[in-house]
Amino acid sequence: MGVHVIKLPDVGEGVAEAELVEWMVKPGDNVMEDQVLAAVMTDKATVEIPSPVIGKVTWLGAQAGEIVAVGSPIVKLDVDGAGNAKNEDVAPAKEKKAETKSTNGASSSPVRGGGVAERDGGGKPSKTPPQSATPTAPPQAGEQKKAAVANKAPRKEGEKPLASPAVRKRAADAGVDLRRVPGTGPAGRITHEDLDGYFEHGAAAPAGHARVADTSVKEIPVIGLRRKIAEKMAVSRSRIPDIVYVDEVDMTALEDLRAKLNAEKKPDQAKLTVLPFLMRAMAKAIADQPQVNSLFDDEAGVVKQYGGIHIGVAAQTDGGLVVPVVRHVEARGLWDCAAEVARLADAAKKGSATREELSGSTITITSLGALGGIVTTPVINHPEVAIIGVNKMQVRPHWDGTSFVPRRMMNLSCAFDHRIIDGWNAAVFVQRVKTLLENPAMIFIED
Amino acid sequence: MTELTCKALVIGGGPGGYVAGIRAGQLGLDTIVVDAEALGGTCLNVGCIPSKAVIHAADEFEKATHFANSSALGISAGKPKLDLSKTVAWKDGIVKRLTTGVGGLLKKNKVRTIKGWATFIDGKTVDVKTADGVQRIRAENVIIATGSIPVELPFMTFGGNVISSTGALALDAPPKNFAIVGAGYIGLELGIAFAKFGSKVTVVEAMDRILPTYDAELTKPVAKRLKDLGVTVILGAKAKGLSKDGKALEIEQNGKSESIPADKVLVTVGRKPLTEGWGRENIAIDMDGRHIRIDDRCRTSMGGVYAIGDVMGEPMLAHRAMAQGEMVAEIIAGHNRRWDKVAIPAICFTDPEIVSCGLSPEEAKAAGHKIKTANFPFMANGRAMTMEAEDGFVRAVAREEDHLLLGLQAVGRGVSEMSAAFGLALEMGARLEDVAGTIHAHPTQGEALQEAALKALGHALHI
Repeated sequence: MGVHVIKLPDVGEGVAEAELVEWMVKPGDNVMEDQVLAAVMTDKATVEIPSPVIGKVTWLGAQAGEIVAVGSPIVKLDVDGAGNAKNEDVAPAKEKKAETKSTNGASSSPVRGGGVAERDGGGKPSKTPPQSATPTAPPQAGEQKKAAVANKAPRKEGEKPLASPAVRKRAADAGVDLRRVPGTGPAGRITHEDLDGYFEHGAAAPAGHARVADTSVKEIPVIGLRRKIAEKMAVSRSRIPDIVYVDEVDMTALEDLRAKLNAEKKPDQAKLTVLPFLMRAMAKAIADQPQVNSLFDDEAGVVKQYGGIHIGVAAQTDGGLVVPVVRHVEARGLWDCAAEVARLADAAKKGSATREELSGSTITITSLGALGGIVTTPVINHPEVAIIGVNKMQVRPHWDGTSFVPRRMMNLSCAFDHRIIDGWNAAVFVQRVKTLLENPAMIFIED
Repeated sequence: MTELTCKALVIGGGPGGYVAGIRAGQLGLDTIVVDAEALGGTCLNVGCIPSKAVIHAADEFEKATHFANSSALGISAGKPKLDLSKTVAWKDGIVKRLTTGVGGLLKKNKVRTIKGWATFIDGKTVDVKTADGVQRIRAENVIIATGSIPVELPFMTFGGNVISSTGALALDAPPKNFAIVGAGYIGLELGIAFAKFGSKVTVVEAMDRILPTYDAELTKPVAKRLKDLGVTVILGAKAKGLSKDGKALEIEQNGKSESIPADKVLVTVGRKPLTEGWGRENIAIDMDGRHIRIDDRCRTSMGGVYAIGDVMGEPMLAHRAMAQGEMVAEIIAGHNRRWDKVAIPAICFTDPEIVSCGLSPEEAKAAGHKIKTANFPFMANGRAMTMEAEDGFVRAVAREEDHLLLGLQAVGRGVSEMSAAFGLALEMGARLEDVAGTIHAHPTQGEALQEAALKALGHALHI
């Protein structure tokens, strides 16, 4: 038996540290080769750390939410054979092993047991050394408490819950019906500790008395993706003096064209949304106003104006906001853009987008789709200098010179880094995009 | 007069109403309390407080009378004299101080008070007939705290020689022959006091025992003391009315008529909620028998209208009204409150006193509990001996399965003060072991509480 130490691997170019966002294992767990041990987050990409060997977890080097330096040990495993650990690494692990050795759980993992038996050179599974059986993980304090509470016989039907006036008031203030709280005190009295336990683990929601003042405060640690978003937004808002420019676009012609294209699309083509049109129109407008497609390194005092147009498309996922990037839009056709947007959106929603796919944008589109509102004030994706916000498209009356006609109108709310982009350039850029969208044929005319 | 508006309007300045007012004021609610009489209600003006003052005076007088004869203590004194009008003036002074104090507390908490008779116009509007005219008040919430009034016998209405407890507390001399109809706590408290003042007291009760709301075990020492004081108690008898000359009370017992000489007849046959005369008919609130129907938040069937205290029925106790008043003020302020009290102690300031908190053994059994119960007599309590107060006992009633205290009762001299310990033990959900394991100071009557718990556990130390 030896100890195998797993260190945080180099998870991306130039990444020196990463946030450990989730453990998939706990001490005492048996792990298979390639089984995912943990998820770490760099920039906005989540990277999974697999186990390179078979073994039993004895030690975890960080808690969820901690920042871990690349190369620092994060997991120790008990493995058959020598392991890879030096002596000083082994010592604490041995201690741990001694503690868990006696806990011989009944539920041995058949896969694991069989595997060991074979490798040991034959013999029946019954000969499997006790260590290979899955030990029961030592229960957490909270779990133990919960179990104790759950085991308590419930009070009789209709019996008033027994609690001191202070406990009753605390429960009332928190909107908790004491009839739902198990009491562990003498004669089944509900103690302050019982109430703590109930608040912590809660059974069901408190009984539905209408309009009860809820004075509870839930502390939600800002970790993982949420922390990344918070940091980026704070940087953007505090460092970039932005100018927001809003104009409305008559999308009627484009929508007619889009409907026709979608009706006649090949089965293997992704359905066209407004987005690919907008991307193509932006690529065309950027040709005239190239400074909007830049990154501004404000510490070095350098604007890097990019030839390639890499458009970040803000997407909402269950975990929060991520921005996958469609690279080299200038070199992509309409259908190609549509396919790439669809692929990236899918990857982002599944959480499988790579770090490369989530970084490197030079300009960003943000859209809330049907929730798009009339106007937004988009936050520039630092160090970019421009962001194009797409508002909700709806039929609005439009004065055509003689009468009101129904037109499909959509606003674009665009923000620019005013340090780099003058208002005039911003306006010219948006006007150009507007003209292209209102006359979609122009998007496709080769210059 | 210009209309007034407020967040909380309290109708009635008795213990329920004024406490609701104070608490509402503390919570920053714009509050008005209306009462036609002095603040403090029945309790402060013609109930709890003045009767206790008179009872105290009677006890002191009785003590002096006791020393005029030979006493075991070796004290002898001259024959005492009583000037009841002076006693009443002293009592009125206490009442004045307390009612003024209530006014001060309301003022301190920025509560407006209006003297006048309130009548509902609708659920949010009340007209108050004041000395200066009719004042209209519009309120977001109204608390009905109108209290209760003594029940009158239709054939013997109050007036002349027929008096209510209020009249008894204002007599300028003890009646020579004093007949009392009703052996409830009010009749007996006052009857005992006047017996001590020297009246020849006869108590007539329709039921077959005194203090019918308390169990027989608790009332036995009181019955014994009544006998010692020379009070005649006629049970199972009905008052029929005054004699023609107005100098006797006609009663009927077992079909036989009897005439009891009486200079005054005190009628204490209970109190009834004051549900008329303030415009209840103008608002749609449901009744429950004689009193207003409320839920566990003191809400009536009409939104924003609450009822607290005696107006919503038994037990008509000032401290219950106070707790309800406090709760309702908090509810109006948006707190999540409902009536969750375990016990409301009740006290009889007879001689000896009776205190009952929680369930009696019979009530506990009726509620389906298997019980353990034990009495510890004051006869075995050192402090009681030194005070010549050996009558009575403390009783503990606990659930057999887990020893949870369900009730605590006592009868004896000065046991009213034990209500604090009784109430606390029950509210905290104490078990017999909790009381038995608490050090009770020696020598006090309170030790009897600990001993009663020990006795229920089977190991009392001093008996």
